[in-house]
Amino acid sequence: MAEKFVGKSIKRTEDPRLIQGLAHYVDDIKLPDTLHAVFVRSIYAHARIKKIDTSAASKTAGVVAVYTGKDISQKIGPVPCGAAIPDMKVPDHRVLATSKVYWVGHPVAVVIAENKYIARDAADLIQIDYDELPPVLDEEKAADPKSPVIHEQFGSNIAYKLTAGEGDIEAALKAADKVVKQKIYHKRLAPIAMETRGVLARYYPGEQELTLWTSTQIPHLARTQISIMLNMPENKLRLIAPEVGGGFGSKLNVYAEEAVMGYASMQLGRPVKWIEGRRENIQGTIHGRGQVGYVEIGCKKDGTITGFRYNVFADMGSYFQLLTPAIPTLTGLMLSGCYKIPAIQMNVTACFTNKMSTDAYRGAGRPEATYVIERAMDLVAAELGMDVVEVRRKNFPAPFGGDNPFHVATGLFYDSGNYQGALDKALKMADYTKLREEQKKARAEGRLIGVGVSTYVEICAMGPSPALPAGGWESATVRIEPTCKVTIMTGSSPHGQGQETSFSQIAADELGVTVNDCTVIHGDTAIVQYGIGTFGSRATAVGGTAVYLALQKLKTKATTLAAHMLGVDAKTVTFADGKFSSGGKSVTIQEVALNAHLAKNIPADMEPGLSAQSFFEPKNFTFPFGTHIAVVEIDRETGEIHFKRYIAVDDCGKQINPLLVQGQVHGGIVQSLGQALFEQVVYDDQGQLVSGSLMDYAVPKAAQLPWFELDSTETPSPVNPLGVKGVGEAGSIGATPAIVAAVVDALAPFGIHHMDMPIKPEHVWNIIKKGKTGAA
Amino acid sequence: MTMTMTMKKISVTVNGTTRQSEIEPRLLLVHYLRDVLGLTGTHVGCETSLCGACTVMVDGQAVKSCTVLAAQADGSNVTTIEGFADGGTLHPMQQAFWEHHGLQCGYCTPGMIVAATQLLQRNPDPSEEEIRQGLEGNLCRCTGYQHIIQAVQCAAKKMKSKPAAAAR
Repeated sequence: MAEKFVGKSIKRTEDPRLIQGLAHYVDDIKLPDTLHAVFVRSIYAHARIKKIDTSAASKTAGVVAVYTGKDISQKIGPVPCGAAIPDMKVPDHRVLATSKVYWVGHPVAVVIAENKYIARDAADLIQIDYDELPPVLDEEKAADPKSPVIHEQFGSNIAYKLTAGEGDIEAALKAADKVVKQKIYHKRLAPIAMETRGVLARYYPGEQELTLWTSTQIPHLARTQISIMLNMPENKLRLIAPEVGGGFGSKLNVYAEEAVMGYASMQLGRPVKWIEGRRENIQGTIHGRGQVGYVEIGCKKDGTITGFRYNVFADMGSYFQLLTPAIPTLTGLMLSGCYKIPAIQMNVTACFTNKMSTDAYRGAGRPEATYVIERAMDLVAAELGMDVVEVRRKNFPAPFGGDNPFHVATGLFYDSGNYQGALDKALKMADYTKLREEQKKARAEGRLIGVGVSTYVEICAMGPSPALPAGGWESATVRIEPTCKVTIMTGSSPHGQGQETSFSQIAADELGVTVNDCTVIHGDTAIVQYGIGTFGSRATAVGGTAVYLALQKLKTKATTLAAHMLGVDAKTVTFADGKFSSGGKSVTIQEVALNAHLAKNIPADMEPGLSAQSFFEPKNFTFPFGTHIAVVEIDRETGEIHFKRYIAVDDCGKQINPLLVQGQVHGGIVQSLGQALFEQVVYDDQGQLVSGSLMDYAVPKAAQLPWFELDSTETPSPVNPLGVKGVGEAGSIGATPAIVAAVVDALAPFGIHHMDMPIKPEHVWNIIKKGKTGAA
Repeated sequence: MTMTMTMKKISVTVNGTTRQSEIEPRLLLVHYLRDVLGLTGTHVGCETSLCGACTVMVDGQAVKSCTVLAAQADGSNVTTIEGFADGGTLHPMQQAFWEHHGLQCGYCTPGMIVAATQLLQRNPDPSEEEIRQGLEGNLCRCTGYQHIIQAVQCAAKKMKSKPAAAAR
């Protein structure tokens, strides 16, 4: 029996280069004669540019070029937005500011010099005169007609308004015994991939070919868009995503700097490199979240939910990046959570503010949805005096799947689910009944223990093409080389997820070879067929399925060839463990691979070679789910929050490599935990970015975290033949409500039912200090 | 205006090889390693000594090379991630990170491995809490640290049985 790999926790094949420091991220690629770029960015949130004096910078020895908005903004096409919403206002987003600056960090000029030290020095010599304007910073106040207007041509700061959902919400809320209301904030977050963005551009004037190495999640989509920006044929632009040091959605984008580097290299005839600094990264790479909303949830006395409304103000920032306006629509899609809710309505008012654009950050709109519905379920439980678990069970659908999807009032059909199963498993792990008894006892002793439960569902495997701006399919080519080594080219663009390993596991099992016989190529548009990229927990469910389907085509051809070699009918041939057999005779896949290439003994109507391609179009999204339980104890003296337990049961369908699944869940939970307790992009009342370094922007550290106790259930997805759902964002969606609920529950003796993130010790301490009477 | 800098001569032993260079006095150690010597395994994640991606050993001490001048390393012995494997044999810490999936995107990993190795040199048998505290200066955005902690625990066991490797 050949060794089977799918379902096993094997070590990653990508790791040896990474643990030895031998991988190549953008800044590790060194080309002779490379110039280095530094951007000069706005120091004001909102101002008119009066004058830019670049003379001193230009005269600096070693400076090769200085460009301002006046020089190049009309020579390069606008920074693209791929999302479209009816009646949406689209600002003309140029690569460098021309007349006005719109946020602290808005690029105004770029200096290109012989080395980065000279470029940095010269950037400081550029003088910019500004006329400051009043900044617009609050997404809710921005909608006020009396607010200053950012983009004057639109007459207001409202980018769009949108209503979504199904059912008669007014009637549903009227029919309720109680309607619970709550204002809920989702503060801005910075994705903080450990590798900042970076671009290296090299132009060959003879061939008229531009190569861009850029730290991106979407090499092909970025190539299409950047070729349009640079007005060059798409097939003359080669885009390479080399090793990419994390993305979390922040590199699911097309940025001004990418096009500017391409332009500069074409103008100067030399390679040009720009590596983003961390301050720049927090100023000028997209942010996540940025919503404030009003929840209204109607319920019967027994806990049955009748209707759910969410009126939300969404902070767009000053310009649209690739998907900025689409993010709140994802919130709308997932408002039903894992519950039967007859009527749901979301009303979005999307506003421009003098801040960096928001866009997709791990979860992208869905963490907001999960957070509001889960908080709302807890508020219902509190209102009715029910247990938080009981109120959830009351509204779960029965387990479903196969041909019976679960239709929710946001318009979606969930593919498969067993919410009770995951909940039961998590409750058992936590010993929930005992936990509640211990909590009661602790409270009697004056100790503050809280238990938070989140039962989440998310939307993954993005997705059917009609639902995505640029296609939702994924591609794969699998080629068996003459020596029977297997080359897999995927349109997915992994940047930490480990698909070099998991796709090899799929191929190895299908072909009866080993993982080490397989190599996965991704990220280079000159080698790999067009693909969509890695985001929205889609790489395995959509990209992996494309690999699987290409393998089936390949096996069909190999079987026909094997039958020819054996002199038998292909229908009689079986393939197992790398061997094609019929009537006691057999040939190995190695023999078939060699013969396919030598082509001396193949059927007359067969093309030589052994490769196959597949473009997989999923018919639906997938809907992973799970239950997270957080147990915290609060220090009454300091307000500090200590985790006692953290339990997560996630169901992402079939698991190709459980070790990688655990890694994704851990990382997601920690980003959730960061959002719940530490992280926030803070702008002051002048629009200055206060949290512009890792000293001030609180990325979670090892010592702040509990030990995560993980388990899973397995409800295969009927949407793809692998039965996989996706797990990249589960943790960042499911954990936040559990953590907030645990803290709120600990403070329930003070009459607390809700707190806004990030919950800091000072907030907790103030509640304890005020005591019961002063509680909100 | 760029000042005309007096170049400074330094001699640094990096991963066992002594390198003589003439550098600008303001050149950071991390840029010296990456741009002058071509050792790009040491990464820059924040430029402010907060993330630890640039951690290297200088005379046996783990330091953040983004806030050390190359000139300060004159005469010293530097070990970067490229110097951790012994020929074809991975350092036990590297091996443990691999086995326990202690990395995803890999960007923080070189600094994390250097810092974790220093941690075990100071405390060969750390508790989970001590590992968490010991790695406070190194940020990872992908893993949630749990697999890193398991890797360090595993490396501690390996290195106790093979103390020679720990000395590197």
